[in-house]
Amino acid sequence: MSTSVFFAILVTSLATFSSRFFGVVTSEKIKENSKIFRWFNCLAYSTLAALIARIIIFPSGVLSEVDYLIRFIVIISSIFIFFITKKNLVYPTVFSAIILALINSL
Amino acid sequence: MINSKYFFKGLSCVKSFDSPAIALGCCMIAIGALLKNIGFNLQESVFSTFLTYALPGSLVMAETMIVGGSLLNIFFAVWLVNSRLYPMTVSLMPLMMHSNQPKWKYYISCHFVAVSAWLIMKNNYKSIARENRIDYWMGVGTATWSIAIIATFIGYISADYLNKDIMIGLAIINPVYFMCMMIGSMKTLQINSSVILGAVLGPAFYYISPEWCILFGGLISGTIAFFLGEKNVN
Repeated sequence: MSTSVFFAILVTSLATFSSRFFGVVTSEKIKENSKIFRWFNCLAYSTLAALIARIIIFPSGVLSEVDYLIRFIVIISSIFIFFITKKNLVYPTVFSAIILALINSL
Repeated sequence: MINSKYFFKGLSCVKSFDSPAIALGCCMIAIGALLKNIGFNLQESVFSTFLTYALPGSLVMAETMIVGGSLLNIFFAVWLVNSRLYPMTVSLMPLMMHSNQPKWKYYISCHFVAVSAWLIMKNNYKSIARENRIDYWMGVGTATWSIAIIATFIGYISADYLNKDIMIGLAIINPVYFMCMMIGSMKTLQINSSVILGAVLGPAFYYISPEWCILFGGLISGTIAFFLGEKNVN
């Protein structure tokens, strides 16, 4: 590994904190009921959705070794469980982990 | 200083059955194990979560280090994937701003802006009086941040016992949990279209640029959703 771990952590946290910090700076000038606040709200939800969808469709790390079809089946059945358990969050997440680990170990 | 009643109320919100504690913990266990595998020591792994506290960012850092990227590569890659925290902060902080509250609270607690705490706050803020929201938020943030740090520690020390199948199982928890949580918070036309368009355009832009797809996809779909919602309300 060419990079020092200490500086890697420092650089990562700086890159992360800068977005949060400038978020607060911007927030000071924005009112809750303004149009620009609603725009930022849309941006927050859409970037988050984009990130999650990217992790599922184009994963990196260990998830990329799982077949696309298996990932798709696990995700669709998790959403199904989410709805039949009256939007409980624990059942679909626990289900997805167990079923994926099981399918993969077969 | 901090109103302890609301701080502890926020802190205890992770105790409920379907709080993000379990999902967040599982994801961070995977991060702890991953950091050990790429050569971090225990202190460095825990320190990393302590300072960064953003899972996709930690993943990107690890990946960039594995391929031997420079510090500049790491900064740029992490900044791109974590830039979503900017609109997330701007769409949360104005809800908690109050003239009676000191500014340092906002600048310190922005460190807690991450998907889990953000979604809890977005779903619960209306039940807390505006003046006390920042104290409640600090409680929520402290709780989720502590879980992340402890789970990284557990992941690191149990790395040798986690085989590949378990790691794959842990890795799917994060996207499934956040996907369900986002579907649960889809209540207005603007948010619904933001989520759906973001989920479609984000991966679609991956074909143009894997690095910029989240930023571009999010910006374009969020803006379309905004105008769609505004037009419909008017």
